[in-house]
Amino acid sequence: MNSATEAPQNLMFTLNRGANTLGGTPIMSMKFLAVAALGLALAACSTTEDKPATSGSAQAVTTTTAPPPKAVNKNAPRPGSQEELDATIGDRVQFGFDRYDLSPAAKATVGSWADWLNRHQNVALNIEGHADERGTREYNLALGARRANAIKDYMTALGVASGRLQTVSFGKERPAMLGSNEGAWAQNRRGVAVVR
Amino acid sequence: MNQARHSLFSVGFSSAIAILALATFALVVGTAQQACAELQINVTDGVVEPLPIALAPFVDASGQEDKLGRDIAAVAIADLVGSGLFRAIDEKAFIQTPAAAALAPRFPDWRQVNAQGLVVGAVKRQGDGRIRVEFRLWDVFGEQQLVGQAFVTERSNWRRVAHLVADAVYTRLTGEDGYFDTRIVYIAESGPASRRIKRLAIMDQDGANHQLLSGGGDLILTPRFSPSRQEVAYLSYNNGLPRVRILNVDTNQRETVGPIDGMTFAPRFSPDGNQLLFAREQRGNSDIHTMDLRTRKIRKLTNHPAIDTSPSYAPDQSRIVFNSDRGGSQQLYVMDADGGNVQRISFGDGRYATPVWSPRGDLIAFTKIKSGQFSIGVMRLDGSDERILSTSFLEEGPTWAPNGRVLMFYRQTATNRRGQGGTSRLYMVDVTGANLRQAKTPGGASDPAWSPLAP
Repeated sequence: MNSATEAPQNLMFTLNRGANTLGGTPIMSMKFLAVAALGLALAACSTTEDKPATSGSAQAVTTTTAPPPKAVNKNAPRPGSQEELDATIGDRVQFGFDRYDLSPAAKATVGSWADWLNRHQNVALNIEGHADERGTREYNLALGARRANAIKDYMTALGVASGRLQTVSFGKERPAMLGSNEGAWAQNRRGVAVVR
Repeated sequence: MNQARHSLFSVGFSSAIAILALATFALVVGTAQQACAELQINVTDGVVEPLPIALAPFVDASGQEDKLGRDIAAVAIADLVGSGLFRAIDEKAFIQTPAAAALAPRFPDWRQVNAQGLVVGAVKRQGDGRIRVEFRLWDVFGEQQLVGQAFVTERSNWRRVAHLVADAVYTRLTGEDGYFDTRIVYIAESGPASRRIKRLAIMDQDGANHQLLSGGGDLILTPRFSPSRQEVAYLSYNNGLPRVRILNVDTNQRETVGPIDGMTFAPRFSPDGNQLLFAREQRGNSDIHTMDLRTRKIRKLTNHPAIDTSPSYAPDQSRIVFNSDRGGSQQLYVMDADGGNVQRISFGDGRYATPVWSPRGDLIAFTKIKSGQFSIGVMRLDGSDERILSTSFLEEGPTWAPNGRVLMFYRQTATNRRGQGGTSRLYMVDVTGANLRQAKTPGGASDPAWSPLAP
């Protein structure tokens, strides 16, 4: 005796390839390229020669010796850029195991970030929170969020407008240093400032 | 005790509808009945001597579908042997031919090769192109038929038929629901350890019919099956922001669900499929919420400055087990479905995480971290009778087979300074701790989630 009841579909279908392939490009890396290019362009523009002064009268033309062009380091990071942040302060702080409070060293760095943001009012940051691999995946996502937020809270307390600070957690998904050892784990328990 | 399931299912995306019909044969066997103990396996015993079973290739009198008959038998016996509860009698030892045994088993021949159970079957291609498969399970010593069923379906569904055969044999001989006609959704991993590519993937529990469901551009984590619809909830870094999304595997439609300000993560469907539990992070704090998928109404269940995450409903949806560090370290807590009456249940030495309530309601599986090692374990609902099933450098995320007897999880190896290692694979283990074995995946694999039995 056969009986028949409809039931939901079998899980077989054609993969829609190509979807979601662009979404993962980190926005900050595209900005980095744009900023780097801009930096070079500005460096090029900064070498201007002094032009001799001209007067409206037909009197004697004053000639002055043009001073030598200012020595400009073409590789100087553009003010307010990620490279400048990295070069002058550093872009990251570390956390203790299963901790999200800022150490004195971390506070110093984050304080410098706040100063830097005060000097560059047009800059906004993504604060990333990360964890090492010695925890479970979902808890580490939450821990990364705590770390990022601890940094944001410290900066807003120092006067940075909270709208300029976005937080994101990557849990244990994006280790900075590879290796299953204490040194790498310490490097991976981090908060990172990323210029938006 | 589970009766034979009656079900029809259809193949999505194709215009043809596959129909699976189930028929139970109540055939009376007129041979001499010996007063033997009934053929049965007790799965609650710690160590079970595998039951020797002969599963003969299914035969086709016309000869057309002999290969299909062999394939069906091969998939079914692999399921049964993989469970650890059965041992296959080698076909080369068979005395009676499968064709003859399908008509009338000569039991002395099967006793002679030490088979206690005998499965024989037949396959036939119908005029409409579909196949008809029938099988019988015989108690060799009692000389009785224990199960007789027939299926009609599209030829392309032959694997499901094999799994249904294995489930029927398993159920009849253990008294437990089977788990072979199920799927695993998981994260397929590739690429270097410094920038792992993670893609949503789905496969049959034996590794067949493997499909990738995402392109790898967006980081995707922790997929979970809906128990009632063809949907998978997961965490995706769409546009760089981590949010819970639901994928309909039939239509391939994806949508972000739940609040969009702040990270949402750790999704898990309720047993009736109508609620989605998840954790929501706001200003650094993670609390557990539930969303009614019908009304999209969201309800906050925990309200505590601690990290609250990884929620899982009891089968009757009256309570939720979750992970919280409100006591100072990661531990397991149970609360009522409305968020009240929070009780801690883990008190062992170590940290506890990723709790999952068994579909049978009797146990909670978890990840335990202690002395630099990770373990998968189970405990009773009050935290007693903790039993560790597996331990390694890094493993986590158990998921229950729908019969509550088998767990799957993932294990990751250590990474050296050059970035080598750190590979992940899926493993299965019985709830007794026996039969730890790797699950078959084409590459790196993590975050498995077991489907319910197909309806």
